[in-house]
Amino acid sequence: MRGAQIVVDALEREGVEVVFGFPGGAILDVFDQINKSRQIRFILTRHEQGATHMADGYARATGRPGVALVTSGPGATNTVTALATAYMDSVPLVVICGQVPTNAIGNDAFQEADISGITRPVTKHNYLVSDIRDLPRVIKEAFYIAGSGRRGPVVIDFPKDIQRATLPNYTYPEKVDLPTYRPVYEGNPRQIRKAVAAIEQAKRPLLYCGGGVIWSLAHQQVLALAERCEIPVTTTLLGLGGFPETHPLALHMLGMHGTQYANYAIHECDCLIAVGTRFDDRVTGKLEEFAPNCRDNIIHVDIDPSSISKNIPVSVPIVGDCRLVLEKMLKHIQPQQHPEWIAQIQEWKTKYPLAYRDDGVLRPQYVVQKVYEATRGEAIIATEVGQHQMWAAHYYLYTQPRTFLSSGGLGTMGYGFPAALGAQIAHPDKVVIDIAGDGSIQMNIQELATAVLNQLPVIVVIMNNGYLGMVRQWQEMFYQHNYSSVDLGRPRDPEGRFADGLPDEVPEYVPDFVRLAQAYGALGRRVRTKEELTPALEWAIAARRPVFLDCLVAREENVFPMIPAGASVHQMMGGMA
Amino acid sequence: MEHVISILVENHAGVLARVAGLFSGRGYNIDSLSVAPTNDPGLSRMTLVCRGDDRVIEQINKQLNKLIDTVKVTDLTADEHIERELALVKVASTSQNRSDIIEICNIFRARIIDVDLKSLTVEVVGAPQKVQALIELMRTFGVREIVRTGRVAISRG
Repeated sequence: MRGAQIVVDALEREGVEVVFGFPGGAILDVFDQINKSRQIRFILTRHEQGATHMADGYARATGRPGVALVTSGPGATNTVTALATAYMDSVPLVVICGQVPTNAIGNDAFQEADISGITRPVTKHNYLVSDIRDLPRVIKEAFYIAGSGRRGPVVIDFPKDIQRATLPNYTYPEKVDLPTYRPVYEGNPRQIRKAVAAIEQAKRPLLYCGGGVIWSLAHQQVLALAERCEIPVTTTLLGLGGFPETHPLALHMLGMHGTQYANYAIHECDCLIAVGTRFDDRVTGKLEEFAPNCRDNIIHVDIDPSSISKNIPVSVPIVGDCRLVLEKMLKHIQPQQHPEWIAQIQEWKTKYPLAYRDDGVLRPQYVVQKVYEATRGEAIIATEVGQHQMWAAHYYLYTQPRTFLSSGGLGTMGYGFPAALGAQIAHPDKVVIDIAGDGSIQMNIQELATAVLNQLPVIVVIMNNGYLGMVRQWQEMFYQHNYSSVDLGRPRDPEGRFADGLPDEVPEYVPDFVRLAQAYGALGRRVRTKEELTPALEWAIAARRPVFLDCLVAREENVFPMIPAGASVHQMMGGMA
Repeated sequence: MEHVISILVENHAGVLARVAGLFSGRGYNIDSLSVAPTNDPGLSRMTLVCRGDDRVIEQINKQLNKLIDTVKVTDLTADEHIERELALVKVASTSQNRSDIIEICNIFRARIIDVDLKSLTVEVVGAPQKVQALIELMRTFGVREIVRTGRVAISRG
């Protein structure tokens, strides 16, 4: 069998149903085979970054590795941002890149790039296949490495001559043989007993859950532990959906833009149970002042040993799969009650709720709230990166894992729309909404063609404030209001007339998202007032076609609460209540 | 504090780049590094000397272990171990001082491996302090060039 046929056969044997990508010279042999597969649906995107983010959205929405197929050189380098996004957020991907023939490697051949060198720091592992005999093993290992342990992206660099080479007696390996890679799933029983004892003795315990809870599907165990021992739960951005936010014990998100009550709870708790999370700087703020009342009593469950005690030393480290470890804890742990602690938290929740000025103006927080109401909280929400991302985290209540897709670690603008398309392919009957900003959406807007042609009815709710809003907020707060290169709109004079002297056909807003959507054959609608919003959302959900809802929101709204970068809970700004 | 870390890795292309990239990407410094195949030709041994507090060294250890190609990471510093380094030192010499140089080399059990009218090349093997001591003495004669292997180390027993 030839290399290109082996790849397609191997993908089928791995159960792959969808591959995202874009063809080119150095991967033509594989493209010559993949459209013959009856199992694999190939989604042709308009950019390789879009393809890789789609594979990422598919992976986050299903838990299975996402697959992308691209050509060498620019095709491969275009995946780098998406690989880094997936690496930071531990998303399983297998990205197969064409490469120039092995005898041309290193000769600066046409469309040659050292992609295994370039992607080394942003992948969990990568391979350059230089011998056809290695190919079946490499593909098997790639899927295994991507989807096991702390998940992550794997790149296979696949030279053209290997695609064309023949391997007699091809068989796909049944299992991997990787003695150097053995993730630990079962937590150490002694450490688990120590954790149980610490939780049972705690007076003010707190669960702090991250993306690991979603990947290991430990949400039911988190809920059981929280309820049995009356422990309030806060989650990171990537942990949203790991604990039902409608639950009385939910403290919602913590950290820089976390709720005040979550951050106060972290500050006051005497026992912190960190599950599937990595004490990221957006969570901890100033390390020295993070969780000062439990520094000798932190339990940390994580599948990646290098995440433990990286930023914050912990007293009970448990390396293992979140679900398996929590299941073991639940076998032993006795029910507890903490009426005083719960009362304290309730007081904070009442005193410092998430709030915004709800006047006659269309405000972005209100838009998210109405998205939640219109979908009854049953949609899959993707976001881009910026202010709208934080509002999407605050004002939509997530109750199920794999329903919130967002670039947390890398903070990649342009992630949400392709990720939403990937999720829509995985869940054709679900309502999938990308909550976007007018800046971010333009970073992968070309995928609207992919959405239309593949009939993917993703709704993009654009919070159009004519600004790169989060940067503007920082310039307002930390750079003395010096707005430098953040205004996306047309300059106006004091009377409100355009002051740029541009010809009349230039639209009021650039681009005119409504007409842009229509140009692609999608639906577009502008929302200017609160009254127009809910009918527009209902129309968009009923349409079952790709829709851009261009919501003209208050321009200079800020995200609160906020703890400035590197500061502690004492510097938390609550914003208006 | 200085640590000597011994890393057993799969012997194939790109592994050295992975280890070196891990150090540069995470801002750790490498004082010296030596790599060669072991008695098993499928495996290579890297001996790496680096500096850092306990937290940094623990992270280095964990990050190295995380690489798929890593078989075993051992921090030799904590236990009894032997370190050796080889240096080639080209020293300026004349007929007047040649015998002085040779005398010092004999004390250090270093060998003269090349000679011409204007220079001597000395080969010295030993613990890093010994190698350094000889180099310092040679400086008084005028060192033209030094080539060092970096340290290799092995645990005792």
